[in-house]
Parts: sequence; C-alpha cells; structure tokens
Amino acid sequence: MGDYKIEIKDLRVSYEKKPALKGISVSIPEHEVFAVIGPANSGKTTLLKCINRTLELEPGTSVRGTVTIDGLDAGQMRDVYGLRRRIGMVFPLPVGLPLSVYDNVAYAPRMAGTRKKAILNEIVERCLTQAALWDEVKDRLGTLGTMLSGGQQQRLTIARALSHDPEILCLDEFSIAIDPVTTMRIEDVLVQLKKKMTIILVTNLVQQARRLGDITCFINKGELVQVGPTETLFSDDPGNQLTYDYIHGVFG
Amino acid sequence: MNAPSTDEPAALFTAGPLTRRKLRTQRLAGAVFGGMSVIILAPLFALIGYLVVRAWPALTWEFLTGLPEKGMRAGGIWPALIGTLYLVFFSLVLSAPVGVFAGIYLNEYARDNWFTRIVNLAVVNLAGVPSIVYALFGVGAFVIFADLGKCIVSASLTIAIMTLPAYIVATKEALNAVPHSFRVACWNLGASKWQTIRTMVLPNSISGILTPMILDACRTAGETAPVMFTGAVFYKAIEAGELLLYSPMEQCMALSYHLFTISTQVPGVPDEMLYATAVVLLAFVLCFNSFAIVLRTYMRGKKKW
Amino acid sequence: MSNTQDESPKGSTENAAPPGHQVGSVGRICRALSERTVTALIFLCGVSAIIFVFSIFYFVFREGYPFIRDSLDLKGFFLSEEWYPTSETNKRYGILALLAGSASVTLVATLVAGPFGLGCAIFISQFCDGKFRETLKILVELLAAIPSVVWGFIGLAVMNPLIIRFAEVPIGLCVLNAGVIVGLMCVPITVSIAEDAIRAVPDTYLEAAEAMGATRWQTIHRVILPAAKSGLLAAVLLGVARAVGETMAVLMCTGHTINIPFDGRLPFLHVFESVRTLTATIAAELGEVPRLDPLPDGNYPVEARHWQVLFVLGIVLFAITFLINLIADLIVKGIRKKA
Repeated sequence: MGDYKIEIKDLRVSYEKKPALKGISVSIPEHEVFAVIGPANSGKTTLLKCINRTLELEPGTSVRGTVTIDGLDAGQMRDVYGLRRRIGMVFPLPVGLPLSVYDNVAYAPRMAGTRKKAILNEIVERCLTQAALWDEVKDRLGTLGTMLSGGQQQRLTIARALSHDPEILCLDEFSIAIDPVTTMRIEDVLVQLKKKMTIILVTNLVQQARRLGDITCFINKGELVQVGPTETLFSDDPGNQLTYDYIHGVFG
Repeated sequence: MNAPSTDEPAALFTAGPLTRRKLRTQRLAGAVFGGMSVIILAPLFALIGYLVVRAWPALTWEFLTGLPEKGMRAGGIWPALIGTLYLVFFSLVLSAPVGVFAGIYLNEYARDNWFTRIVNLAVVNLAGVPSIVYALFGVGAFVIFADLGKCIVSASLTIAIMTLPAYIVATKEALNAVPHSFRVACWNLGASKWQTIRTMVLPNSISGILTPMILDACRTAGETAPVMFTGAVFYKAIEAGELLLYSPMEQCMALSYHLFTISTQVPGVPDEMLYATAVVLLAFVLCFNSFAIVLRTYMRGKKKW
Repeated sequence: MSNTQDESPKGSTENAAPPGHQVGSVGRICRALSERTVTALIFLCGVSAIIFVFSIFYFVFREGYPFIRDSLDLKGFFLSEEWYPTSETNKRYGILALLAGSASVTLVATLVAGPFGLGCAIFISQFCDGKFRETLKILVELLAAIPSVVWGFIGLAVMNPLIIRFAEVPIGLCVLNAGVIVGLMCVPITVSIAEDAIRAVPDTYLEAAEAMGATRWQTIHRVILPAAKSGLLAAVLLGVARAVGETMAVLMCTGHTINIPFDGRLPFLHVFESVRTLTATIAAELGEVPRLDPLPDGNYPVEARHWQVLFVLGIVLFAITFLINLIADLIVKGIRKKA
C-alpha cells in the first residue's frame, strides 16, 4: 500500500552513544489516530522528535534511517521550518509563552509571514475553539499566556500547535499535567480533528490509547514490539506475550 | 516561653547552660562580622558627606557650565563634562552591540566543547587586564599602529574593548534566565533559531541586559589611565555653552583626567574646586548606578513567569 | 536522515498551503539569507574576545620588543633597584624597587580587603535577610562604583592629613595610605565572590547541621567556611589581582619614590615610607617620554629605550595579573569538580 502519510524505516537514534531507538519501522496512515504506548524511557518522545526534526537541535544526537512524509524524505528537506509548520507538537508539560493569549496563537502564523489582522483574528478564534479554550479566554485575549492555569496552558499549547494548519498532530503524553475533565474535552476534540489530519498520540495511559487509537504501536526499550489495529493489541490474545503483559500492568 | 506545670518537660524548653554559651558565641560572632561590615561601609557615607561639605561653596551652576580659567584655578568644568559624555557615549555605541551579540553566541549557539571554553577564558582574561595595560594597548594599537593619533576615537575604542567583557557576561546571564522551554516551544512552531532569539528570548531579557550595561557604561566615566594617553588633553580652548564641542578626531578634556591634573599637577587650585570636581564626577557615576539599581528592582517586580 | 540544518528553500517538498499562511519563495529566500548573515555576525562577535586578547598582547609586545631584543639583561632588570631611565650617562632599568612597591601596597590592601571583605560577606549572607541584606548589598555595589581617581583624591585630601596628624610623620603619602585606599577598592569584589562561594555550599549541609542542633555560628565555622574555603581563597586572590593592577589611586597616594620599604627592622614601621609601584611608573612616565623611530640601520637610539621599557613593564604587569587570575580560576574549577 502506498498511501501512508508517514513511513519510518529502520530508525536508529542514540544520545551520546547510548541507543534510544534501535531500528524502528512503522507506517502511519492518514486521517487516523496512531497511538504509541510503552514504558518510560522507551524512546517514544524521541520518535516524535525525529518526525519534526527537532532532535537535531539537541547536541550529541546521531540519527540513521529514514522518515518519509507523503513519499518524500523528511531528512533531505531543505526547508526545515516549513516541515515543522506542517507538524503540530504538544508536550507533556504545558508551556504558555510570555505573550498575550492572542499573540501565543498568532506566533506561528506571524513567523510564517502572515500579517493581515483579519486572517490572524480568524486563526486565533478557530484554533482556540478547536482547543476547547475559546469560551474561557475570549474576553481576555490580552492575558499573559504564563498566567493561565495548567489545564488552560495545555489547551493553549494545543491551540498553538493547530495555528499553523498542520497535517500531522503529535501529542506527547499531553494529559500528564491536566485534570481528567479537561483531558476528556481534549480527547473529544482529537476525535473531531482526525478527520482533517493525522494524529500521533504518545501516551503511557494505556486506556487512553484504547479509547482513541485506531492503530496502536507498542515500543519497549527502543524496539518495536508490536503494531496493529487497537482491538487486536487490546484483545485477550494480541499474539505477543510482552504486549499482553504491558497492557495488563505486569510491568512498566 | 511559658513554663509548663511539671518540671521535666520544662527542662526541654528552656535553654541549658551549654546552649546559652553557644548562643552567646553566636551573638558575639554576629556582632564581630557586623562590625566589620560597618567599618567597611561606613567610610562610604562619611567620605561622601565630607567631600560634599568641602565642595559646597564651589558647587554652582557656573561651575558646571563654565570654562576653565586662569590655568584651571577658576571657572568651570563644562568642557571636561562634555568630553566625558562623548567618551561614554561613543564607547557604549561601539561596544554594546558586539558585547550583546557575543553574549548571544555564547548562550544560544555555542556548544559545550573546547572552543567555547577558550572563548570563555578569553572573556575572563579581558576582564582581568589592568587599566594601565589597556592604556598601553590603546597607545600601541590605535594611536600609533592605526595612526589615529590621540583623539576621541582612539580613547573610545580603547574603553570599548575594556568594557566588552562586562557586556558579554551581562548578556549571557540575562539570556540564561529565560526558560529553555520557551525556546523549544518556538522551535516546534517552525521558528528559526534567530527568529526565536529575536522575538522571544531577547525581548524577555532586555531588562537584564540593560541594567548591567548602564552600570558598566558609567564606570567608563571614571576611567583615567586609558584616556589619559589615548585622547584626553589637559586643556582645550572651547566656546562657552556649546554642546557639540568636539569632533571625533580631536582630543578632549575628560572629567576624570581633569581631577587628576588639578589635584596633582596644578598648584594653587582652591580647595573647594578640587572637592567640587571630585563630587561632580562621583555624582555622575553614583546617579547612574542608583538609577540602574532602581531599574533592576522595578523589573524584578514585574516578572512575566 | 542527516543532522544538517539547511535553510535554502529549494524544495518541492512543501504542500500547497492556504494563502496568507506562507509567504512566497522570494520572501523565504530573503529570510534564509538574512538568517545566515546574522548567524555569521553573531559568531564573529563571539570570537571577538579571543581576537582582542591576542591584540592586547600583540600591540603591547610590539612596542616593547626592541628593548627585549636589544637591551634586556634579565638579572639586572628584575633584581636591581636602580631605575634611572632618564640619566644622561648611565641608564639603568632595574625594577626591583617597583616590584617591592607594588608588593607592599598589595600586601596592605589584602590585609584590609581580605578579612574585612570575608567578614562582610559572612555577615551579609548569614546574619541578615530580606530588605536589610538587599540594602547592604547595594551599599557594597555603590562602594565599587567610586572611580579610582576619586579614591586617589580621597587619599590625597583626606588620608594624607590624617596620617600626618596621627602618626606624626612628615609626609602622609605612603604604603599605608595607598594600601588602605586600594583595600577599600578591592572589598566589593572580595565580598561578591565570597558571597557566591558561601551560597554555593549545598543546602543539604546546612540542613544536616541544623538537624543536629548546631547554632548559626557553629554551622558557619564548622560547616560553611571549610566547605567554601576554596571559593573564599579565590575571592581574596581576585582582590589581590585587582590591587596589583590599580593605577590612579597608587599614583596619587604612594608618594612615588623609588624605595624598597624593608631593611630588616620591624615590618610595620615601613608602612609610612613612600614607594613607587609598577603601574604608577608606567602612568607617570608614559606621557613624558618620546617615541623614537629606528635609525636607518634598524637599531634604536638609546633614548628610545625608555618608551619601550615602559611597555615591557606592561608585559610584566599583564603576566602577574594573568597568573593570579589563572590560579584563582583553577581553584574555582577545582571546587566545581569536587561538587
């Protein structure tokens, strides 16, 4: 099949000679939620950083293998910033930039060259609405992003990630620092968003993967253990003992 | 402390003789060190007060804006004041951009390798060079080698290099105070390194850069040795009241050098004038210092994160 | 996949995006070029410090080199106290007296700045808090702001009469005068670095001491001072380096006489003698001495040596302060390694 959005072939990454990913090969289809589960330090975050090439900003990393997006090698792309604008990234810890809420969301479009107020206004409202934050901040768009609550800052991060109209949305354990109610609201948003984009959801909440993932991938200690439809991995016989053990809490 | 009704628990709460002795030693130690601090800091007030009192009769508007007369024994210090402002301004303009960019390099771009260590070592060494050696360098490099001769440009270049390490360190520390998570967030939004620095890091560290910069810039007003041989002159005939007194290729009078010459080279200068010159120089420097300190305290209260 | 970050946007790899979201290729190329230029500029400024250090050494050496090449007699230079560069018939360039002058002033200055600076640092960091501490720190900063020529003036106008009156000596411009003044000048740097060293002692040490019931003073002299001793030593050394390099204050307060203040009698009587330091010598004579060009045969006339030897003094001074700074730096690094 040639209609995968992202194809990762034999990805090997090491930090200062210590291997983090030991030859991962997966194919991620479009318009689906691709869940990545695994214990801590198994390389899940590293995988995301390879997709949008922010890994190369960290000193001492070495990368081999290929990441192909829409059939083209991401590593060979000359406009790295354009690539990063096609991918939205959400981190575990909420980060509100020390700008107004409006400027937080308008930051990426402005860096890309958009200047017209009308367009920026539209982008800000649309993204904040998609992130389930608009109602709470629409009257105080001038508030500093750093002054919002943790849950609001995380939704602000999601709004920022959506502000440059990405085709791929990566979320790295986004619900760690926020409350269950906000998490559920965001999960509803993700289900809506997957109609327009490809979503890669890294999580250590196994049940979250089960709720949202169409395809689930289990990575352990830098190696790909199993990848397939979510129902298969979460069934009583996924076909791999390690997968079964992890999902049922035997380790990790 | 209220003593409880029974004896034994009370023993736990009142200080025994050993503890009392320890506390006495502690109070003694505090008094000794406090006394040392007072001895060191009290001269600051006493001296400034004494200087001002002795200078008072001569501190007039005419003194500040007038020209030196009778071979410095009368008149005012206007050309020296303006000369000092010229030197401070030019050296700031030359040195600040280089210092800020170098600080940006060290904090944002430099990797943790031997080359960076050498750069840091060079900065520390520049800061440790005595001012008279800077004077020799200024003479050797600008007055002679570059054939600029003794002039404002030579003196400003010399002072600029002298203050460079201070600006570099100030910028580096101010940039370091900005949380790394902000930069990472911007990179992930597709901003380049320079874009991130320009739009996120620099604006949020400006106050941390400006304050040390003001402090270091006004220190140049007090420097004598480097300007003495590269651009300052004993006396220059100037029109009264003018602001744009000097052209950059000329020599100028400088307040620091002026104080030196009238207190050591010129006999017969009235005492009040000597004290007044010292007070004006001191006031110039201390005012800027206090302003910078107030700015820093104000900025600390306006934290954005 | 490579680790390169290339900004030129010649890729056909971007998807078409809605208008207004991406600027056209021209804008992108311009931005990429200016990014490259700025990054190059930043790098250049970054290495400027190295360039300037070498320049300082080069240009000072350049002016002083002919003296080293032609007339330097190492033993006579360093060990003779006869400094007569202007003598008509017998020019001698011995700097022993100058070194002794610098050393004696530095010694007195260290005796002032060392104990008092450390005491002040301990007081500020251990016995004060909140607003009082902030105020004291600001006062120390203001002390540092006083220009050296004003300190020199204070030595001339204030300390001079004081010393004449209380010590009943004819001249108050002496080692004591300059030493106290320079000491006061070095206090701020000693206080600030000592304070850093004290603050660097891990909180866990302090908490452990407190948990064992130690009073503040016991914690200080049994835990903090031993733990911070390298940093405190570095603080004193950096004060010493500052004292050695001081020019204007010593020029105005030492009496500027060639003299070695020691001849076997009780040392502290010598503080009332006038001396001359390396720094003051350069400052006093550089303005008087002509710079002469070499003769057609490449050699310099004898009169040119005075100018050149002053630059050699500069090199000696540079070397001394560089060495002291290096030792202090190594000490600080030594602590960091242990930590």
